[in-house]
Amino acid sequence: MENGIQTSIKTAKATRYLKLSGLEPLVVTPESNFVNVGERTNVAGSRKFLRLIKEDKFEEALEIAREQVEGGAQIIDINMDDGLIDGKEAMVRFLNLVVAEPDIARVPIMIDSSKWEIIEAGLQVVQGKCVVNSISLKEGEEEFLRQAKLIRRYGAAVIVMAFDEVGQADNYDRRIEIAKRSYDLLTGKAMFPPEDIIFDLNVFPVATGMEEHKRNALDFIEATAWVRKNLPYCSVSGGVSNVSFSFRGNNPVREAMHSVFLYHAIQAGMNIGIVNPTMLEVYDDIPKDLLERVEDVILNRRDDATERLLDFAETVVGKARENKADLSWREEPLQSRITRALVKGIDQYIEADVEEARQDADRPIEVIEGHLMTGMNVVGDLFGSGKMFLPQVVKSARVMKKAVAYLLPYIEEEKKSLPEAEQGKGNNGKILMATVKGDVHDIGKNIVSVVLACNNYEIVDLGVMVPPEKIIRKAKEEAVDVIGLSGLITPSLDEMVFLAKEMERQGFTVPLLIGGATTSKAHTAVKIDPQYSSAVVHVNDASRAVTVVGDLLQKEHSASYKSELKLDYESFREKFLKRGKRKEYLDIRDARENRFRIDWNKNSLFSPKLPGIHVLEEQELEPLLEYIDWTPFFRSWDLHGKYPQILEDEVVGPQARELFEDAQHIMKKIVKEKLLKARAVWGIFPANTIHDDDIELEVPEHIRKVVGSNTLTFHTLRQQLKKRAGVPNFALADFIAPKSSGIQDHIGCFCVSTGFGTQELAEKFEKELDDYNAIMVKALADRLAEAFAEYLHKEVRKKYWGYSAAEQLDNNALIAEEYRGIRPAPGYPACPDHLEKKTIWKLLQVEERIGVRLTESLAMWPAASVSGYYFAHPESRYFGVGKITEQQVADYAGRKGMELEEAKKWLAPNLAEETDQ
Amino acid sequence: MSRIEDILKKRILVLDGAMGTMLQRYKFQEKDFRGERFKDWPSDLQGNNDLLSLTQPKAIADIHRKYFEAGADIVETNTFSGTSIAMADYGMESLVRELNYESARIAREVADEFTEKNPDKPRFVAGSIGPTNKTASMSPDVNDPGFRAVSFDELKIAYREQVEALLDGGVDLLLVETVFDTLNAKAALFAIEEVKEEKGSDAPIMISGTITDASGRTLSGQTAEAFLISVSHIPILSIGFNCALGASQLVPHLEVLSAKTDAAISAHPNAGLPNAFGEYDQSARQMADQIAEYLEKNLVNIVGGCCGTTPEHIRAIAELTAQYEPRPFSPVSAKVIQQ
Repeated sequence: MENGIQTSIKTAKATRYLKLSGLEPLVVTPESNFVNVGERTNVAGSRKFLRLIKEDKFEEALEIAREQVEGGAQIIDINMDDGLIDGKEAMVRFLNLVVAEPDIARVPIMIDSSKWEIIEAGLQVVQGKCVVNSISLKEGEEEFLRQAKLIRRYGAAVIVMAFDEVGQADNYDRRIEIAKRSYDLLTGKAMFPPEDIIFDLNVFPVATGMEEHKRNALDFIEATAWVRKNLPYCSVSGGVSNVSFSFRGNNPVREAMHSVFLYHAIQAGMNIGIVNPTMLEVYDDIPKDLLERVEDVILNRRDDATERLLDFAETVVGKARENKADLSWREEPLQSRITRALVKGIDQYIEADVEEARQDADRPIEVIEGHLMTGMNVVGDLFGSGKMFLPQVVKSARVMKKAVAYLLPYIEEEKKSLPEAEQGKGNNGKILMATVKGDVHDIGKNIVSVVLACNNYEIVDLGVMVPPEKIIRKAKEEAVDVIGLSGLITPSLDEMVFLAKEMERQGFTVPLLIGGATTSKAHTAVKIDPQYSSAVVHVNDASRAVTVVGDLLQKEHSASYKSELKLDYESFREKFLKRGKRKEYLDIRDARENRFRIDWNKNSLFSPKLPGIHVLEEQELEPLLEYIDWTPFFRSWDLHGKYPQILEDEVVGPQARELFEDAQHIMKKIVKEKLLKARAVWGIFPANTIHDDDIELEVPEHIRKVVGSNTLTFHTLRQQLKKRAGVPNFALADFIAPKSSGIQDHIGCFCVSTGFGTQELAEKFEKELDDYNAIMVKALADRLAEAFAEYLHKEVRKKYWGYSAAEQLDNNALIAEEYRGIRPAPGYPACPDHLEKKTIWKLLQVEERIGVRLTESLAMWPAASVSGYYFAHPESRYFGVGKITEQQVADYAGRKGMELEEAKKWLAPNLAEETDQ
Repeated sequence: MSRIEDILKKRILVLDGAMGTMLQRYKFQEKDFRGERFKDWPSDLQGNNDLLSLTQPKAIADIHRKYFEAGADIVETNTFSGTSIAMADYGMESLVRELNYESARIAREVADEFTEKNPDKPRFVAGSIGPTNKTASMSPDVNDPGFRAVSFDELKIAYREQVEALLDGGVDLLLVETVFDTLNAKAALFAIEEVKEEKGSDAPIMISGTITDASGRTLSGQTAEAFLISVSHIPILSIGFNCALGASQLVPHLEVLSAKTDAAISAHPNAGLPNAFGEYDQSARQMADQIAEYLEKNLVNIVGGCCGTTPEHIRAIAELTAQYEPRPFSPVSAKVIQQ
């Protein structure tokens, strides 16, 4: 009897389940529901989390972890992989805080990093049984087994990516091949318990418009079923949101795709996954018509599944935007019509429009180079700024293709009359694309490839982790016209340099395209371009690539285009390197001797009419509107050009108008409903320059007690770069009369803010998933703050200080700073030391009076705030302090009574390189 | 497999009782702790019980002897605080190897003496590996929860030194005990795996956690099952609980372990809960009566005593366990993992 009981207990515990632990156990049995991994504590998965970590707000970041656990996450994924974060330090610090919170630490932790050292550091601070995310055969068996052995020794389960030395598994056969091999190695050689293995079989996007992506979801689902059947005790996991990547921005469709994918993947045996619960529609609640189309795509049930979903998706997302087919755009000029057709992917009228363009042009090819490329550039800009989605770009490329196809017979016809040598091949050219050795990221490269292919280029895609010798060999074999290299991680930059050298050595002359997230024009110009005597171009987005490649291969102008490129990169490089160029600096004593000398006499100075401190508790917003400088507003939206001309700009005009309209709409609401509060504090005080570079001011009597002294001193920095004869070395102190002159001068300072309410308003929009308006509110608050500063400066000039009582300037003149006096801000070129803000805060009691506070890095909060000084002398002007030497920093530190190291830290960006001095 | 596993399948093994309680009876003073060798040591040494293996080795051997006489199958070495981390209190980091080696050697000699007398009841030495006096997953500063006084690597290095010396000194088993922070135990296990691999040793590992109070959790907050899962990644001979609670209070937690693991189960509870003076006054008979519940429920494979227990307690326990069948178990070894 007793024996019988024992046997049954024993059977139960002998079963091999994935068992994890935080403070409490998590045992994944066949009866368990799908295990949901929280992804919000992942810097790649949550912008908010990323921001908080970057801003060192770990306590707030902890709240995200807590919310996730409260929201039902059974495991929390923690990832700190970001170029601007010390991942190891952040991982350890965050985990230490997490384990101190019992209501978070009760669930197991998934330590997520592509860097082994971060994973290991994480494993060393968590007592429970974690999951490592992830390892793979990417670096070969030896490294794989080494890591597996350590993971077992640290007592964690592991996610194994379907990835090997060749690359990422992207079809059914590769997925099961890699899974089987990994499993056999882990259980056979690393003695890894099979129940502690979780396979990530790579969820890839579907409906991208690319033929080879059609089976992405289905292959995953089928491979999942195979793994669960053939590799006993292991689990299958995946990042669900990838599947809908091509519909980012269209949440209803994405949510439906996630649910449908999960529904089928879970049935196949996927038992763990990273899913954002707020991005999940209930399967049964998906409208029938949408469900059918989504299932067609996920399960690859029809050839035109993507098309049908795309069409449908537009109705889902477009409801708010366009209620009826508005054909008024047909009335617009030809270029606008072509651009719109490309942006919207409308092919209905393209032939007619292209025909019209062809009749205007000298040669049919010019239509491609002109009208069509102009349109594609807009597509590139929109895509680059996230306002268009991949399928739409593909649609644009199709419209392009149709237009080109229409023009082709005319171009052929024209060719017949040209000498044979000038005739092209069947396609526009052959382009080799590769992600360089050591790098595995290829989404960007693939997008560029598809867009180029749509533009009738033949693509030779070598895939990822391509060794340089293979690139060279293939380039020769295939006689390619352009080589495109891509990379996302920093070491790839060196690979690209190496390739450029190698191409040079082997006498290549084909243009080299450089792209990928870590690449930059600066790196390309400084490191790659000098290695290769032929053209090197940095191209960071798909649609731009078409233009660049077009220009490079276009017979007529390519030579001049290439030499222009060379020159452009050369001058860019020079400008860039200039920063590091050996410069001559003056001894600070000599710089002071060469100060800007004003001929001080009483007549040029003006005693303020209303000295002392003034506060504006609530400034009406309406009067500020006319002071807004709109140009930076458009720049913040990546629309470049001067306001108001930008509204009529041929390329960005329509976008700019739409944006401006939206901005006006919100602004009206803000003003009418008083959604933002504007406050200001300012004052004008008797002051004189002392010791050349310091401005000593008299604290008004009634606040001396609070301030704690009768005087306060602003410390200024002086230009030290050696100037040509007759050009002075400026410091702001030069604009105030020295004490020795015996003349009483004055200085003002101020802080304005229009940021009160911004955060709440933006959050409200964010909650409604309206990022557009959330960003809009912040951009507008910034503009209002600048406008307020401008407005207040005018008031001070005319009324409070009163030296320009008769001034009459319009806004353009104000923007052009055609008035007397300046208002430089600490942290900006004329006074780069942010620490001086502390003195302003002390003097004006800014926080107490209007609530604007300084963060520990001396940023103002709310963000939409401006602070600075007022200088009234007619000869005062803006300038940049530029680089200064350690000598001045030491002198400055001495004047401020602070440690040299502290001063060096704050002034680091201005400190000249040691070799410069 | 080693002999102990075979014997464990046949009978319940008895672990010894408290070392500290027995040492109190000797009423050693500062000078006794110092002995001749450490008479000029700069810091106070009274209370450094591990040091007595060097300065009062006879007393240590006698205590082992008394427990073996009482019927213990396994004695623990006098090395509960034998890491450079714990020894830092006395500035004795440099003595760690010697302390562990000597403690192991003393216990080994006494055990061999008893095995020789009665080869049918072979005696074993378990190297005692304590938790150190620092925690790797908790901050000692309530105002700074992210702070840690010790890192995994520091613990691992300290434990490596202790484990090497214990194995060199001749222990049969390694007992990671009084685990109140599982991360410390994981560092110890990591060190043990490394050392065993380097030495080609197959010394079985015992793990014993501490449920601190009625909350039913370890000091670092884990439930019994979470603790079990967190230390089950390497092959272990046994898992169990010791210290903090009396025999009866351990029952529910032992039931959890017993139902969830294939390893052997151990328990070495305190002699009840301390009285108002911090003394343990549960008699040997009272304690044995409580332990009878383990045996009736068939929960354990190894039983002994912790704070407040004496050879009398162990004798009562040994007499009791002889009347019961051991709990069936099947230790998992890395070498036998199959699909």
